[in-house]
Amino acid sequence: MNGLQRASRWVSDHIVLAGGLLVLVYMFVPIAIVMLMSFNDNSESRNVYAFRDFTFSNWTNMCGPDGMCESVLRSIGIGLAATLVATILGTLAAFALVRHNFRGRSVMNTVIFLPMASPEIVMGSSLLALFVSGGFGGRLGVVTIFIAHVMFCLSFVIVTVKARLSGLDQNLEQAAMDLYASEATTFWRITFPLVFPGIAAAALLSFSLSFDDFIITNLNAGQTVTFPMYVWGVAQRGVPMQVNVIGTIMFLISLALVLGNMFATRKKA
Amino acid sequence: MSLAAERATDPSNPPGGSGRNLRLTALTKEFSTFTAVRSLDLEIPAGTFFALLGPSGCGKTTTLRMVAGLDLPTSGTIHLGDDEITYAKPYRRPVNTVFQNYALFPHLDIHENVAFGLRRRKVKDVDKQVQEMLELVELESQAKKKPPQMSGGQQQRVALARALINRPEVLLLDEPLGALDLKLRRGMQIEIKRIQTEVGLTFVHVTHDQEEAMTMADTIAVMNAGVIEQMGSPTELYENPRTTFVANFLGQSNLIPGTVSSADGDVVRVDMHGTQVSIPADRAHVTSGNGWVGIRPEKVLVAAEGEPLDAPGNHMSGGVVTDVSFVGVSTQYLVRMPWGQELMAFEQNTGRRAFLTAGTKVDVSWRPEFAFLLPASQDVNAGAIEEA
Ligand SMILES: Nc1ncnc2c1ncn2[C@@H]1O[C@H](COP(=O)(O)OP(=O)(O)OP(=O)(O)O)[C@@H](O)[C@H]1O
Ligand SMILES: [Mg+2]
Repeated sequence: MNGLQRASRWVSDHIVLAGGLLVLVYMFVPIAIVMLMSFNDNSESRNVYAFRDFTFSNWTNMCGPDGMCESVLRSIGIGLAATLVATILGTLAAFALVRHNFRGRSVMNTVIFLPMASPEIVMGSSLLALFVSGGFGGRLGVVTIFIAHVMFCLSFVIVTVKARLSGLDQNLEQAAMDLYASEATTFWRITFPLVFPGIAAAALLSFSLSFDDFIITNLNAGQTVTFPMYVWGVAQRGVPMQVNVIGTIMFLISLALVLGNMFATRKKA
Repeated sequence: MSLAAERATDPSNPPGGSGRNLRLTALTKEFSTFTAVRSLDLEIPAGTFFALLGPSGCGKTTTLRMVAGLDLPTSGTIHLGDDEITYAKPYRRPVNTVFQNYALFPHLDIHENVAFGLRRRKVKDVDKQVQEMLELVELESQAKKKPPQMSGGQQQRVALARALINRPEVLLLDEPLGALDLKLRRGMQIEIKRIQTEVGLTFVHVTHDQEEAMTMADTIAVMNAGVIEQMGSPTELYENPRTTFVANFLGQSNLIPGTVSSADGDVVRVDMHGTQVSIPADRAHVTSGNGWVGIRPEKVLVAAEGEPLDAPGNHMSGGVVTDVSFVGVSTQYLVRMPWGQELMAFEQNTGRRAFLTAGTKVDVSWRPEFAFLLPASQDVNAGAIEEA
């Protein structure tokens, strides 16, 4: 009797914890499988989704599959370039939208949501139409992909930086100017450090959006192959185990960034 | 703490009170639909503690912001001595502000917040000065904390330290004590006043606490709806208010309607519901027609009917006590006069005689030299505390 009560008490006390753990498991099982598969030796097998033998050869021979590492480097390159340009342009645009009262500001504020809101397939095909009608039909490739990525990253950057900027108390900048800081000093000492977390978040978001994008990229890539396109292509025949290595590395980098950020903010507090 | 002594020995930092008055001339600030400050004329002598007192929304912050250079006036000028600073950049004015909402830099620790102004001016010895300033506001142990980790009162003291450390010619304080509890508030009032006397800087202190203004300031300007109603020393404003707003906002006043019957030389005589009262000419702000006879409650003497009242003249009978409230040091009576108005009378609890009880018939009197006369055109309730 008593034991039963205690048991049910124990269950009710731990049910939230159990639920939380289940959600975590649900979220991390795919990642765990990717990590596991990166050590899978399936050279003998046709079924690429079964674990057969443990090996390090996928890691030692990372660039084994034809064209894979090239596509990864290409994706990283495009991602970095698009992130850089979109972050700078988007940050400037966010400042203009928050700090200056110009004609058509409210229209602009709505319009920047459009690329986020419209389906990728629509954006992708209209961009393709634009490139083709502009005479770039034969020259689709890294440059057109880059242009497309800057375009869709921009709205995410603007929205993210704008949110941070409008939360910034303008009294702080005025207080700095009151304390003998010129406009430029005020910007670099006060405004920029306070908006920086927003800019950094926008940059990270841009990079992962760009690295990840398939639909728009595929439509505007011509003969160029990015990493997502490579995976899509080989998936028909059977994904080489090295893709899991790339996936694991990407995951570890993200994890390092998150942990690093956590550590940095904890140290500051 | 010898800020003054230090100042005198520091050649790069000439002593404050170097004699530059702050002068606002016809200063006006209009927002798109609203005039926040209306043709303000004000001269603040160097080295004084000046209080700008007024109800919420009367334009105090707006005025300070124009002096600091954070808002540009629609018209009018601001001078510091002979230099016009109306349009000078905020960082080019020897003026610092303690902001109403503190505006501390959240990403810098307390030490760096306080050091900010000195670092911008490339002053040497920053750490030592900051340390001293933090000691002054009793926050030396908190130097490594960030502003969001501090209580409201602590933040306010940091804001004060951050502005004060620059020893500007004019220090603007926008309700710097608003968030402090009563004890700390009294302590800081004394501290700020002492610092001001020591360094001899011009302090412009904004507040809507009349007691704070009266205890701290050399000069008070009472502001209402964008204009200065009256300016003067605390006693002058309290004893001889020139408008009903000042009479009600600074302490409390009985305002009784009357008609001027004669005005000659030093005395204005007023017929107040059949009683002739006399008012010194320099306290009468109308000399003909109707007016409000004003008298402070603590100047009103009350005695049971027929008993002697120690005041010559201005004697009225027929009052009835309607309310008695005991507030420790004094007793506050409400006396209904024959014409229906209730007068307030405050009496010190000296124990000289027993309390009057509600319903007692009383005579009322006051010394003529304490009364004042205001124009009838003014709103009798202007500036009064809203009764719930
Ligand atoms: N940017 C603005 N646009 C329009 N009206 C404004 C603006 N800033 C202030 N006002 C108005 O001007 C008036 C004066 O404001 P101000 O901040 O100077 O009041 P205050 O006397 O400091 O009041 P408080 O004691 O509440 O701080 C207010 O009615 C306010 O609504
Ligand atoms: Mg204010």
